[in-house]
Amino acid sequence: MPVEVIVKSLFILIVVVVGLAPVITWIERKQSAVMQDRIGANRADVAGITVLGLLHPLADVIKLLAKEDVVPTGANRVMHQLAPMIAAVPAVIAYAVIPFGGVYTFGDWKLSLVAADPDWGLLYIFAIGSIATYGSVLAGWASNNNWSLLGGLRVSAQMISYEVTMGLSVVGVFMIFGTLKLTDMAIAQDQTFRLLGFLEVLFGLQVPVWLDWLRLPGWGIFYQPLGFVMFLTAIMAENKRPPFDMPEGESEIIAGYHLEYSGMRFGLFYMSEFIEVIVIAGLVATLFLGGWSVPYLSQETIIGAIAGPFNTEFATGLCMIVHFACFMLKVIVMIWLQMALRWTLPRFRYDQVMDLCWKIILPLSIVNIFVTGAVMLLARGSS
Amino acid sequence: MTVPVVLFYAFAVLAVVSALGMVLNVRNTVASAMNLVVTMIALAGIYLLLEAYLVAVVQIMVYAGAIVVLFLFVVMLLNLRHDTFAPGRQWLVKAGALLLSLVVLSELLRLFSGGLPAPQAVLAPAGFGGYRQVGIALYTDYVLLVEMASLLLLAAIVGALILAKRRID
Amino acid sequence: MLPLEHVIGLSAILFVIGMIGVATRRNLIVVLMSIELMLNAVNLAFVGFNRLWPGTAEAPALDGQIFVLMVITVAAAEVAVGLGIVISLFRNRDSVDLEEVSLLKW
Repeated sequence: MPVEVIVKSLFILIVVVVGLAPVITWIERKQSAVMQDRIGANRADVAGITVLGLLHPLADVIKLLAKEDVVPTGANRVMHQLAPMIAAVPAVIAYAVIPFGGVYTFGDWKLSLVAADPDWGLLYIFAIGSIATYGSVLAGWASNNNWSLLGGLRVSAQMISYEVTMGLSVVGVFMIFGTLKLTDMAIAQDQTFRLLGFLEVLFGLQVPVWLDWLRLPGWGIFYQPLGFVMFLTAIMAENKRPPFDMPEGESEIIAGYHLEYSGMRFGLFYMSEFIEVIVIAGLVATLFLGGWSVPYLSQETIIGAIAGPFNTEFATGLCMIVHFACFMLKVIVMIWLQMALRWTLPRFRYDQVMDLCWKIILPLSIVNIFVTGAVMLLARGSS
Repeated sequence: MTVPVVLFYAFAVLAVVSALGMVLNVRNTVASAMNLVVTMIALAGIYLLLEAYLVAVVQIMVYAGAIVVLFLFVVMLLNLRHDTFAPGRQWLVKAGALLLSLVVLSELLRLFSGGLPAPQAVLAPAGFGGYRQVGIALYTDYVLLVEMASLLLLAAIVGALILAKRRID
Repeated sequence: MLPLEHVIGLSAILFVIGMIGVATRRNLIVVLMSIELMLNAVNLAFVGFNRLWPGTAEAPALDGQIFVLMVITVAAAEVAVGLGIVISLFRNRDSVDLEEVSLLKW
């Protein structure tokens, strides 16, 4: 059993963190180029062969590793060098609870494609998000620089404000699926529900039986559309992703809290933001987009369909690959959405960021909780 | 020497070392705050070993993730760099504090040094310490505590706002 | 088997370290942090004793953990107001040294 955990951790470290995060930088460059009607970066080559600019992440890493490591005079040396490591660790360990697939039984061996599956998986993500503030706050303070201090103050206020709304906006999802365990949430979204069922619940109208084929997959985004929008906003602000990159505002406070960092220490800050982009994509896919489940085809349907000419072991293995591919497809769609939001919206001002959190998202999330509770009471009362 | 016992001693040593680092670190207030964070995370690990899952997560989310950030925020706002305090009657106070602490520690250790069974001899019921049971207990048996806690937090919010406001003359 | 005396012993050691901090340090913010350390030690004792008497499946006894949640709430409120006081003090006296603000001593 520990061997399984070690293999899964190595998979996450090597394939996702080291392999996928540099590709996300390439996606950012190429997507912004396509959106802005230009070509983007495509000059990095090996012996004259450019691969559409896919070698640029490698060139970036080599450049960052070869730069001089500067510690500013008068700065606290230990804190200055510790801050990027404290920023990178929470981004990586948040992958431990994200389910890349469901639970598959091969004979008497149950394989679940998630590294750790505690009962309180979603709360673990929030706890790790709380720890992530320290890297940026320490970096802002330890650089002995006025601009870094301003960036550090702003980033601490922004991150602890959006933690609150991040938690409150998923309470609706928690109420509907009744569990905080992320694999159970993905399993609960494996079904479909009648689209016109709300008429029966809210107004008492009887839906004719011949309209029962009109079903939607039971995903979180259909049950909680407002929760999806609020959660995406809050977690993008938590990641300091544009349009919420006020703390590292390039035109106002000259890169804020990571101003005095060069070389691979800046590379750690840069990479941890992209690693967290993938965490956000995986988390939103699990909570709102049905996780690894294929819409309209539940796990038993797929295994039953494949297991006709073959045996069930092979069918289960093939179903596992199908589910993993479906999850990665949803993750890529969410990454595309975050990149599109980054290159479309202008940066928020600091008071606009705080207004959005405390005056708009917080009351709306509380209203969301009330409305969800009321609809659930009516649904339980009528059935 | 099973894994939970080894983990408990590792977390315990980490907690004591960082607590000492917090209290004895004279020059740097931010280093004291970071040592406090390490102590709280070590204690959260011990809560996980004692099967108090919701309390462990709330400790990291609220205590280590918000309260100590508030300390750091105030340190950064006031720009407190070095504790360059003038010397006073410090050695007398320090000796007295150390003596008092040794007396209290020996008394506490004497009180609890025997007669307590091992916790794992008592099996915890299923779902103990999980969010479901703690939530049900909070909102059925202890709902008055929850209401009082919310009133206390409202008073704290109003108090902190008024204290930190500049005078508008 | 994890002996409970070691959990309570750790709680006692952390409490005494917090006490040393409160009695010895002159920086007001470090004194507040030492008070937080003492509250944490008490929380550890609560959780340890609660694990010893967890009740049954029909009637689980979660009193210790509920009290820990209340202690965390009260600590949050106390830190908010305490840091507000520190900011007001710094604005008036330009220092957070406890020796400089002991105005009521003879």
